[in-house]
Amino acid sequence: MNILIVLIPVSITLGAAGLAACIWTLRHGQYEDLEGDAARILLDDREPDEPQ
Amino acid sequence: MTAACAACVAVPSAQDIARDAAGEVVHLSLPGIHCAACIAGVERTLTSVPGIRAARVNLGRRRVRIVTAPDIGAAPALAALTAAGFEAHQLDDSIATPTGDDTGRTLLARIAVAGFAMMNVMALSVAVWSGASQTTEAMFHWVSAAIALPALAYAAVPFFSSAIGAIRGGRVNMDVPIALAILLASITSLHETIYSAGADTWFDAALSLTFFLLAGRYLDHRARATARSAAAELTALELPRATLIEGTTRRTVDVARILPGDHIALSVGARAPVDGTTLGPAILDRSALTGESAPVAIEAGAPICAGETVLDAPVTLRATARAADSTLRRLAALVEVAETGRHRYSGIADRAARLYAPLVHGLAALAFLGWWWGTGDAHLAIGIATAVLIITCPCALGLAVPAVTASVTGRLFRAGILLKSGTALERLAEVDCILIDKTGTLTEGTPRLPELDATAAGIALTLAQASSHPVSRAIAAALTGHTPVALDDIHETAGQGMTATWNGSPVALGRGPDGTVLTLPDCQIALNMAEHLRPGAADMIESLRSDGYDVHMLTGDRQQAADLLAARLGISHVHAGMQPQDKAALVAELTAQGRRVLMIGDGLNDTAALAAAHVSLAPATALDAARVASDGVVLASDLRAVPQSLRAARRALRRIRQNLAIAAGYNAIAIPIALAGLASPLTAAIAMSLSSVTVVGNAVRR
Repeated sequence: MNILIVLIPVSITLGAAGLAACIWTLRHGQYEDLEGDAARILLDDREPDEPQ
Repeated sequence: MTAACAACVAVPSAQDIARDAAGEVVHLSLPGIHCAACIAGVERTLTSVPGIRAARVNLGRRRVRIVTAPDIGAAPALAALTAAGFEAHQLDDSIATPTGDDTGRTLLARIAVAGFAMMNVMALSVAVWSGASQTTEAMFHWVSAAIALPALAYAAVPFFSSAIGAIRGGRVNMDVPIALAILLASITSLHETIYSAGADTWFDAALSLTFFLLAGRYLDHRARATARSAAAELTALELPRATLIEGTTRRTVDVARILPGDHIALSVGARAPVDGTTLGPAILDRSALTGESAPVAIEAGAPICAGETVLDAPVTLRATARAADSTLRRLAALVEVAETGRHRYSGIADRAARLYAPLVHGLAALAFLGWWWGTGDAHLAIGIATAVLIITCPCALGLAVPAVTASVTGRLFRAGILLKSGTALERLAEVDCILIDKTGTLTEGTPRLPELDATAAGIALTLAQASSHPVSRAIAAALTGHTPVALDDIHETAGQGMTATWNGSPVALGRGPDGTVLTLPDCQIALNMAEHLRPGAADMIESLRSDGYDVHMLTGDRQQAADLLAARLGISHVHAGMQPQDKAALVAELTAQGRRVLMIGDGLNDTAALAAAHVSLAPATALDAARVASDGVVLASDLRAVPQSLRAARRALRRIRQNLAIAAGYNAIAIPIALAGLASPLTAAIAMSLSSVTVVGNAVRR
């Protein structure tokens, strides 16, 4: 059962990494326009709001 | 927002900040966009306009955010979009929230934290339930506590603060039992963890409770935020601006700044922003105020009321009142009084919650007292009371209504119907009688001439322009845009009309047996200013009647004009010549008979009826007073959206009832188990997840 000493922190760290990633997406406004982002996948790769 | 909140502020990239600081940020509403091609089209159009540095479309909110060079404003962007075929309106910056949706982001962060903690604690519970040894179990309890307590402290804040607010105000709301359950579960579980007293820990139940309830709360918030931002957009459709004439210069001012005595330029098709008098003769469309479809001719110096539309030629208005004192505002103020009654309507969710909170408290208290009295073991009694609180907790109840309303209002918004009020969907579902205004709702606001070919239109225009008779002026106004045809020997015979020669043959525009007639060498065309039905009007009436609704038509217009249109549409109940107060009285009379009335109207004369009805809709072209008074707005120009939305509303109410029944069913099974002291955290976890998933699944299925 000693393996638990390693595995539990590992599993929690992995979960926390997922949580951190989720919060990172929140802070970068990736939930502002779900419908639009779904449609944008059909557009060109070039960022449309880049200055040209 | 505090620093403890991980997601309060979406951090714009450094590049964005630098760019925005140098320029001016403008928001435009784009009601017509719906696909990837629209996004690309709008962004390409805007970025090619000189002076615009960046444009980013938000498809979900039907908006575009533009960064322009300083002092450019929205005008070039609006012009470019209109030229490219996109409908665009400038949004008032005080309404458009540039920072986005802080509450929604915070809720999402709380959901993420609760979800993360729930999954980890549940994984640990699996080990405990499948039979871990004493030491391992104790360690797992400690790990669970270490994850669950901080996560709950962050994620469950909305429930605690709402519960504390309610208790301070001397009320009990749905959040009180929720907060109590989370708190009790944490305390008893911590006690168990520390002393290993042989009872169960409830960390995973408390976390999954928080997670599901937060999900319900987020759905609810999203539906409300969409409705709010859409309502704000509607006020922005009519930016309150007017063109002020000062000597020889003209400038655009805020309507609120107009003072009595100011001169204001009104272009063709413009609404008078304030009460005033004209400096020249004009033809007015008064239908918004009176419902009368025929244009009215007025002489120089005659009064114009705010809200009336100029039809023929640009005129100058001398203001006699400020905007706040104008007829329009005074009527709008009356509406506010009529409206307050409807705000007392409580939705099915409120009624369920009112029933639910005392029931749960009573059951939990009963369980505690019963077991304490029966066994004398306070620890066991608290444990069972906690189990009752957790099991009965309204996961499914909290999700049952918001999941349905969010899914249906989203679908309706895409169909072009926007509901402003939270309970409008339920009230729509209860409607059995529909009152529809004629002018501006069933018909398009401005009367139009029948279709003419270019030559006939040109001849009619030349003849009409030569006369100053009101009918001629109205016809000339309606034909603007056609090229006049050169005619010889134009004569006007008072009371009879105009005659002339065209290529040697006589032509005339004059009075015929049923109104104005254009006489050409080879034919006669009746030039009645006919009202044109809105697209889908006939279909709407037909499907409403086949769905079993009682359809009435209301109008301030003459009986004859009303009957003619009603016969065309197959409406049997016609109420013509109605004053605004008559319309409101009819609504009140029907309501007194126990009918649930849906009023659809667009004009000021409808506002009192709109506000008095059980539920009301206004077309997007309606006056803002009418839109404010109604519960929803038909954004689509096609009226077929109305029967669709009624059907969707009835289906939604059925779904809500089903969902509440499912939730009640789960509780009916779980409560006796919990009262008997047989509920384990495992039962709670299964019952809760299962009922929540069923309810959400039932809500989103088509």
